[in-house]
Amino acid sequence: MGTVTEIAILVLAAFVGYEVISKVPNTLHTPLMSGTNAIHGIVLLGGLLLMAESSGVLEKVLLVIAVAFGTINVIGGFFVTDRMLGMFKRKEPPKGEEQSTEAGGRTAASEHGSGEPAEEAP
Amino acid sequence: MIVAASWVQSTNFIDALYIAAFSLFIYGMSGLTGPRTAVRGNKIAAAGMAIAVVATLLHQGVWHGSSTPWLIVLGLVIGTAIGIPAALKVRMTAMPQMVAIFNGVGGGAVALIAWVEYRHHFGGDWSFKPELFEMFGAIVGSISFWGSNIAYGKLQEILPGRPIKLPGQSIVNLVLLVVAVASAVILLAGTHSQALFILGVLVAAAVLGNMVVLPIGGADMPVVISLLNAFTGLSAAATGVAIGNTAMIVAGMIVGASGTILTNLMAKAMNRSVPAIVAGGFGGAVAAPAGGDTDRGPVKSTSAQDVAIQLSYARQVVIAPGYGMAVAQAQHAVRELEKALETKGVEVKYAIHPVAGRMPGHMNVLLAEADVPYDLLKEMDDINPEFPRTDVTLVIGANDVTNPAAKNEPGSPIYGMPILEVDQSGAVVVLKRSMASGFAGIDNPLFYDEKTSLLFGDAKQSVGEITSEVQAL
Repeated sequence: MGTVTEIAILVLAAFVGYEVISKVPNTLHTPLMSGTNAIHGIVLLGGLLLMAESSGVLEKVLLVIAVAFGTINVIGGFFVTDRMLGMFKRKEPPKGEEQSTEAGGRTAASEHGSGEPAEEAP
Repeated sequence: MIVAASWVQSTNFIDALYIAAFSLFIYGMSGLTGPRTAVRGNKIAAAGMAIAVVATLLHQGVWHGSSTPWLIVLGLVIGTAIGIPAALKVRMTAMPQMVAIFNGVGGGAVALIAWVEYRHHFGGDWSFKPELFEMFGAIVGSISFWGSNIAYGKLQEILPGRPIKLPGQSIVNLVLLVVAVASAVILLAGTHSQALFILGVLVAAAVLGNMVVLPIGGADMPVVISLLNAFTGLSAAATGVAIGNTAMIVAGMIVGASGTILTNLMAKAMNRSVPAIVAGGFGGAVAAPAGGDTDRGPVKSTSAQDVAIQLSYARQVVIAPGYGMAVAQAQHAVRELEKALETKGVEVKYAIHPVAGRMPGHMNVLLAEADVPYDLLKEMDDINPEFPRTDVTLVIGANDVTNPAAKNEPGSPIYGMPILEVDQSGAVVVLKRSMASGFAGIDNPLFYDEKTSLLFGDAKQSVGEITSEVQAL
């Protein structure tokens, strides 16, 4: 792949990333950070690719550490984010207290969201 | 088997998998726009990561044809063995430390990869482009690794949380930065020296990472963690360009964008510029005016019983939590109090300042852990107009984010910082451990306001006592 193409992808990804992340509400900023922890674990790929052409003990040791570090990010990041997001619950609708009209109008949606943090089938 | 492997291992197929992977990252992250879609979004992003790893293993020589595939397994097993227990055991109060160390680990991986890449190009096979991006990855990754370790140490209280000032710090930092960049330039110009790479680039950046984070106080941690998050993301993207891997470029830039957005939001919420925070904490500059301050008059102390009566007869109570609530692990007790008040017909809301706690969104996660519904948590701009209508505001372990000096006293070091305007409510009850001033060492006029009363003691215990008094009424 050409350098220009790669830099084009880099620039476009920056704009897409900015657009997507700008919409994340304050409530979810901690899960956002742990989720991005998992995503920058992508450096794991670099460790794997270089392992193929590595030679000598030093390089192999460095790369095993790099792969382990990346894996900690990926596995730890996604798991802790999942655990954390499972804790976010809405006020249960049956209480019928002073729910805002906006929330009341979306009963179906809130029922869906207020249940157990179980897996949602895509 | 070998025939089957041939098309699976074709570059086009692998590239297609990478495109699928980064599409899933973007789609998954866009699920984080709301708590209801976020769980699924996280899983989608994880699926993208699984695809990216499989695609990488399909490259010729990575798994098939590798002389030492067990090394890959070793790395993956070590990472999993550390990652899973860490993720399952960490308490929500310790999330800032967890995120800090995860930032560091990612930056460390980038620096190590850059080192190996340098060794590969060392001598022969010289090409400017990968080298340039590698140098960027090496410097930024190394800063991020060491800076994050220091941030972790401060948050975990292995290191003192107060700013550690060294003489001539900013000059030393500037020199270190110049050394790292100059070494990188010399190497890029064609000098081949591994010693220069290690000492001039990696070590200089490492010392710089330590030096930059050491003088930063605990209250500035939300900015620092966000900034290091951005650094790690950008260094990962740079490695992606050096290696020519699209999934790495896109993933790294998403993280870079996220970290940059959060850094700016946090700095804005403190009314401070990022360079000013990086240059050093509140500490030194503030000590003098705070010490020379005139006596503000007596504070009014109260009892759990009186607070219970005050709260029970209120129509609306707002709870303003801060880092003190996290330290005291008081979030579950606070939730119990909220429920007790709700059964008495009191409306309870939570006022969340963007920089309350030690990382962006820290309070939201703590309260979510205690089963507080997230629709009760109000952001600063939404809750501020409500304070005049609020009968009692309960401040739990928050100090600077409620300090009216930020609005009224142009001489105050936090003047101009947006605050929770708790002083506008009918009455204020502050739960405090002692009369010691906040983390930043800034005096808080709120405590001396005549409608403010203070309840001294451990936040968890105090809230528990108030709750039993409310239930007994």
